[in-house]
Amino acid sequence: MELTLWTYEGPPHVGAMRIASSMKDLHYVLHAPQGDTYADLLFTMIERRGQRPPVTYTTFQARDLGGDTAELVKKNIKEAVERFKPKTLLVGESCTAELIQDQPGALAKGMGFDMPIVNLELPAYSKKENWGASETFYQLTRTLLKEKVSSSEKISPLRWKKLGRRPKVNMLGPSLLGFRCRDDVIEIQRILSEQGIDTNVVAPLGASPDDIERLIDAEINICLYPEIAEASCEWLKRNFGMEYTNTIPIGIKNTIEFISEVHIKLDLPLTNKEELENKSKLPWYSKSVDSNYLTGKRVFIFGDGTHAIAAAKIAKEELGFEVVGLGTYSREMARQVRATAKELNVEALITNNYLEVEDAMKKAAPELVLGTQMERHSAKRLGIPCSVISTPMHVQDVPARYSPQMGWEGANVIFDDWVHPLMMGLEEHLIDMFKHDFEFVDGHQSHLGHTATNTKDILNSDEKEENNPKEDIIWTESGRAELTKVPFFVRGKVKTNTEKYAILRGIPEISDETLYDAKAYFS
Amino acid sequence: MSKVEFNKETGPREVFCGLTSIVWLHRRMPDAFFLVVGSRTCAHLIQSAAGVMIFAEPRFGTAILEEKDLAGLADAHEELDRVVNELIARRPEIKTLFLVGSCPSEVIKLDLATVAEKLNKRFLGQVRFVNYSGSGIETTFTQGEDGALKALIPLMESSNEEKLLLVGTLANNVEDRFKKIFKNLGISNIESFPPRQSTELPKIGKNTKVLLTQPYLSDTVRDLKHRGCEIISAPFPLGIEGSTEWFLAAAKAFKINELKVHEIISPLISRAKLALESHKEILKGKRLFLLPESQLEISLARFLHNECEMDLVEVGTPYLNKDLMKEEINLLPDNTKIVEGQHVEKQLDRVRESNPDLVVCGMGLANPLEAEGISTKWSIEMVFSPIHGIDQAADLAGLFSKPLRRNQILTKKTLVTH
Repeated sequence: MELTLWTYEGPPHVGAMRIASSMKDLHYVLHAPQGDTYADLLFTMIERRGQRPPVTYTTFQARDLGGDTAELVKKNIKEAVERFKPKTLLVGESCTAELIQDQPGALAKGMGFDMPIVNLELPAYSKKENWGASETFYQLTRTLLKEKVSSSEKISPLRWKKLGRRPKVNMLGPSLLGFRCRDDVIEIQRILSEQGIDTNVVAPLGASPDDIERLIDAEINICLYPEIAEASCEWLKRNFGMEYTNTIPIGIKNTIEFISEVHIKLDLPLTNKEELENKSKLPWYSKSVDSNYLTGKRVFIFGDGTHAIAAAKIAKEELGFEVVGLGTYSREMARQVRATAKELNVEALITNNYLEVEDAMKKAAPELVLGTQMERHSAKRLGIPCSVISTPMHVQDVPARYSPQMGWEGANVIFDDWVHPLMMGLEEHLIDMFKHDFEFVDGHQSHLGHTATNTKDILNSDEKEENNPKEDIIWTESGRAELTKVPFFVRGKVKTNTEKYAILRGIPEISDETLYDAKAYFS
Repeated sequence: MSKVEFNKETGPREVFCGLTSIVWLHRRMPDAFFLVVGSRTCAHLIQSAAGVMIFAEPRFGTAILEEKDLAGLADAHEELDRVVNELIARRPEIKTLFLVGSCPSEVIKLDLATVAEKLNKRFLGQVRFVNYSGSGIETTFTQGEDGALKALIPLMESSNEEKLLLVGTLANNVEDRFKKIFKNLGISNIESFPPRQSTELPKIGKNTKVLLTQPYLSDTVRDLKHRGCEIISAPFPLGIEGSTEWFLAAAKAFKINELKVHEIISPLISRAKLALESHKEILKGKRLFLLPESQLEISLARFLHNECEMDLVEVGTPYLNKDLMKEEINLLPDNTKIVEGQHVEKQLDRVRESNPDLVVCGMGLANPLEAEGISTKWSIEMVFSPIHGIDQAADLAGLFSKPLRRNQILTKKTLVTH
């Protein structure tokens, strides 16, 4: 049993719903009690979808449990098939139905339909949403393509040359409730098209079962979101020999590497490599003098595996930040996140507990947080600016404007989204210069992201913590006075550092001089 | 009883389960914690329904069952024990801990009552434990509150003191208004259930006169009757008419002259009627379809027809207790079509066929209907907004006139400049 106050991921059948709702001509019969329909609102409210998810809930009740719930399943399947006439039927169960073991998938297969039926077994007591989405997409791909396995030759990435046409790729992984998938697909499609590469199928987002059957018309697969598509890509590789890409095109360097990887796989010459650097404004914006102040900004990163790793790379190599924390809630991606963390010399945080994340954030004392909507709230409480880089989705993560994370425009969006919450460089210089002017007394400050501003709060903020050696340290009048002169956005850090220094040196009282001693010591 | 048409329907439903009521119950009693014993689905449901990311650390959570908890019940009980200890160590300020059963805990027959009993002994004088089920296989949405209140009744001490007991969660400001009005009527001893602090449970007995504020409390009413309480039969205090009848019924139970009631509430009524006018203008003659969810549907239908002159196409309700609802049903116009239960597909077919001006429905259905050109109002808003009483009648009407007014604004060209 796990005490959970809030969770980053839903149950695995919600992952299956993400696949079903992303696609056309598909229906999902879910053996589930009433209440599980809450999941519909994730799509209709958060994604603002104008259609209901294509899901029929069998809605069994306590009084049905003594009787024949299997009959209820069959009745719902029959009605759903007659009403929605899907080309492929997904059948599965939510957590409670898993316990009563009606095996709805087997029941459906025995009903004599001629459409393909995918029997989804998603263990609700051990797996989570992304795993459920991945497994569903994999089972669907397998069901629709398994008959073609033996008859097909292995697909060569060079086949396009023989066929005398432009190379074709599939883009796998984008789904509803995935972070900015809608716009990423447009961006990557555009980039590939410019390079003379056509998109064969995008799936699951917008695809029909017929499109899944056409996957093998492409030469290679683009694994856009490994959390959702890696299992399917791997199966297509094993059974059809289709190669797939490993690079996620988020950030300039990764986008260029992604384009190279695709070209190498397809044996297509990359002729415009030099041009690529100029496709996004990020490199120049990052280089321009105003961005000097970004150097070494301490950034704490937490999110799904793919976005957290990409963010770390961009932060370090493209914006010149210092990554002081990196973590993910995706256990499936723990290995990769650990590897990146190791390179950055930080310890990876792999957890599904948001309070642990908040705690790590507090300890890392970052100047910027890149996280999920939950980290945005935690950061707000700590008075740290934050930008959202990952699911779980919030209505704000489905902006009206074109706003990808991938490709050239994605890099532009990232520059703006990460830098704007920080104070602009010039602004920061001015504040530093004029910090003793009356305009900069507490309360007069940037409206972005700062809440912990009151000196008294700062001084008291740690007092609740037990066994805190800091409790023995006294701030003298002069120490307190000097601390209030420190700009609010670094005051917390200065306080912690000074106390650390005092403990280190065995200084019982912190005066204004101690502050300066500590400053010298840490600089 | 007016000639109302009753229908029953079964099939796939689009409703919340009883766990959802934790969202308002935990706010009503800030010293209580609600621990759902369930699955990741339960945890995800509550946070999605509540949009709870705003809380630092919410006063509700889920003990998520894992594979190993399903293997042996004895171990599951031990595990729950461990989780409760962890929770109480974390939140020492908690005075009452509700162990809330869910679909999976009911199916594996986890005995929360026994667990609660043991914990009560161990934490005697520190935390009280009560248990109820909010599972979707037994409860719909607001029925969760019914379960929670019923579970508290055994903890209420007996007293033969005469009092008026308001039963059902109310917004605090509405509760204060009601108490003031009752005091003006001459009823001085008034208490609320649930109280604002879980430890301040009212005492009850044969001189307790219960006045329901919410229509979804069948089980609570039954147990209060067993404890000797008198249940005042009245419509519910939604709208001017319902609230007036509600005050009159209470006054009658306390042998207060009807004229006195009219004297005190008539200024309120004239004020409310005035405020209602602008909404009525929009709602008048519009056709209303209520999908089942909150059990407030019948009272809302009565208000929107009788006071706002809307036409009722269909009034859905997840569950109908005809006895509890008889005063409401009496006030409905003839030939009102009430449908208990749901087959969501067939019901949506009827929505499309009848093409109503406004549909009251759950959040899963609202945008899809809007996309089809049908205006909607989310039913969940009724349980989060202060809508009870005469003073709130216009606000209540406003919840329904707003989507229609918005539609008018967006479809009309009103500015001539370019």
